[in-house]
Amino acid sequence: MIKPTLTSSMFGLNRRQLLKAGGAAVLTTPFVSRAWAATTEINMLAWYGHGEPDVVAEYEEANNVKFVPKYYAGGDNMLALIAQSPPGTYDLILSDAEFVQQLNLAGYIEEMNPADYPLDDMLHEDFTKFPGHWSDGKMYSMMLRGGHLGVSYNKNSVTEEEAQSYGCFWKPELEGKVGHFDWHLPTLGMMSLYDGNGAGLWNLDDGQWSKVQETTMSLRKQVGGFFDYGGTFNGLKNGEMQAMVGIGDWITGVLEKDGAPVASVIPKEGGIQFTESYSIGKGSEKAEEAKKFIQYMMSPEGQVKSAQMAAYPGFCVTKAGRAALIEADRAEAERSHQIDGDPQDPITLINEGRIHYRDIPQQQSLEDWNDFWSEYKSA
Amino acid sequence: MSSTPERRPNLYALTWRLPIIFWQFIFFVGPVLFMVAMSFFLVKNYRMTEAFEFVNWTRMLTRGFFWDSYWYTVFIASVSTVCAMCIAFPAAFTLAFRASESTRRWAIFLLIIPFFTSYLVRTFSWFVILSESGVVNAMLGYIGLGPYTMLNTNFGTLVGYMTLTLPLVVILQTVTMANIDKTLVEAARNLGCSPLRTIWQVIIPLSKTGLIIAAIFCFILSFGDFVAPFYLGGSQEPTLPILILDTTKSGQQWPRAAVVAIMMMLTLFAIAFTGIALAYRKGRGAK
Repeated sequence: MIKPTLTSSMFGLNRRQLLKAGGAAVLTTPFVSRAWAATTEINMLAWYGHGEPDVVAEYEEANNVKFVPKYYAGGDNMLALIAQSPPGTYDLILSDAEFVQQLNLAGYIEEMNPADYPLDDMLHEDFTKFPGHWSDGKMYSMMLRGGHLGVSYNKNSVTEEEAQSYGCFWKPELEGKVGHFDWHLPTLGMMSLYDGNGAGLWNLDDGQWSKVQETTMSLRKQVGGFFDYGGTFNGLKNGEMQAMVGIGDWITGVLEKDGAPVASVIPKEGGIQFTESYSIGKGSEKAEEAKKFIQYMMSPEGQVKSAQMAAYPGFCVTKAGRAALIEADRAEAERSHQIDGDPQDPITLINEGRIHYRDIPQQQSLEDWNDFWSEYKSA
Repeated sequence: MSSTPERRPNLYALTWRLPIIFWQFIFFVGPVLFMVAMSFFLVKNYRMTEAFEFVNWTRMLTRGFFWDSYWYTVFIASVSTVCAMCIAFPAAFTLAFRASESTRRWAIFLLIIPFFTSYLVRTFSWFVILSESGVVNAMLGYIGLGPYTMLNTNFGTLVGYMTLTLPLVVILQTVTMANIDKTLVEAARNLGCSPLRTIWQVIIPLSKTGLIIAAIFCFILSFGDFVAPFYLGGSQEPTLPILILDTTKSGQQWPRAAVVAIMMMLTLFAIAFTGIALAYRKGRGAK
């Protein structure tokens, strides 16, 4: 047997050939790297799920782009992340509608051309010029999807009839079984609705604000815990929590699809809408790519992707999007009431005046609300 | 006149000490100083601005919810420490005095194994065990008991704290007691000391330092832990680490969170220094 030597290797290469091959590999490496780098990276700042493969994989493959998502939880968190980053860090920013105005005031987002987006195909006229998305007649954000927050409950403990009012959270049998999504804004908004503040739920004078605090405090004995996104899922899924304040179909929808006996309804006092919108980051060098992606998400195909998003569902905002969803996934369209004539159809609820767009407190500061939230948690 | 030889600094030894000094300065002293400075900053439009204002201190320290959280955290960490020390002691005693050298070595190895897994994963595994439809309630159901609510309670928080601290406390107690001079224990027994009295008057005083260090570690870890009170305690009531999260979440009030963090550090310093002073105090019967 001939042992391999430096001049006669096991691969049949002599030393000279080996050096040539090595040299060629070294010299071509930069070109290989450049070939890889040809994929455009788009930095996305969004709630969890928006940059996951179930939403973006097909688009990435078709357009040779790669999304680099940075996820946040809560508008405050998003604003802080942008404030602490150099301009141009994020190409694409998904924001809750109530924070778009602050993004714009701080100069973090680019003006958008309304002609680039299907504004004439929106399911509701409010969506065309959504509050906060426009300033001085200029558009700064494109509404992508929405979801409604109301009474979320376990069907084994709360009847559909009881769930028609936030009052069901005070049901004696639910003591220690009512959970909170740990964010003051939706919960206090719901308490404000329960107090009868209707459309003025965010614009509370001192008396109304005191009443909201009193109502909220009276719920404390019912509360079994304060949870983040994962904890809320677990609490409802394992039955530890039988009702949840501050959420809606965006959480129960995922569990419902998984067979859990949970549901969300908009009670008679009204519900709150969360609205998610895409903006283009100021100073982005990939503004064109970002615009193209927003256009994709506003297309019927993109709207279906958004409605079916694995992390949490949201309803379509364009007519073509809704039609495509009904055609592609009728079961999901029916489950989420995105069918014309359904009494819980999100658009019908808005038209009936039962839905109020989520906002920030008008007469108090966010800190006041947060301080009360801390007091409530320690009570 | 007596002359003592002048001691020159040993440059070689100093050079080797420098990395740890730099490390401590860059990763401990520096950040702590920055945190103290930050507690006087202001937040404007979600951005911290340099300032020297006491508003964060007055705002946090005059709020009832801060003190509620503070005393609750002290209380629950103290209960955790007492529980861990009491649960660990019989196990550590057995390993130190009754087990063979090789059994002890294996036991310590097995106690280290939980640290190989993320604490968060270990905490989440308790959901399966403690939930109302979980393993414990299923077993209790066979004898007609329950279901009991264990998650989102103080009990849940304590279970989480034990998950975090118990292995460490057992190891520290075992190592401490294993190093006690066995002849002293035997002498006590030969002189007619009952087993219980031997523990109280010989073993505990001789292992005092190690036991106090174990207790301090347990308190520090429980006091600063976020995971157990949040996930197993359901965040009610919020401990100080949860309050820090809440404070930063809304309005990005890092300066106010810094106030909470400084108060936590001051508390831990006071407890650690008191504990260490007690541990090394030479009392009656001490060696």
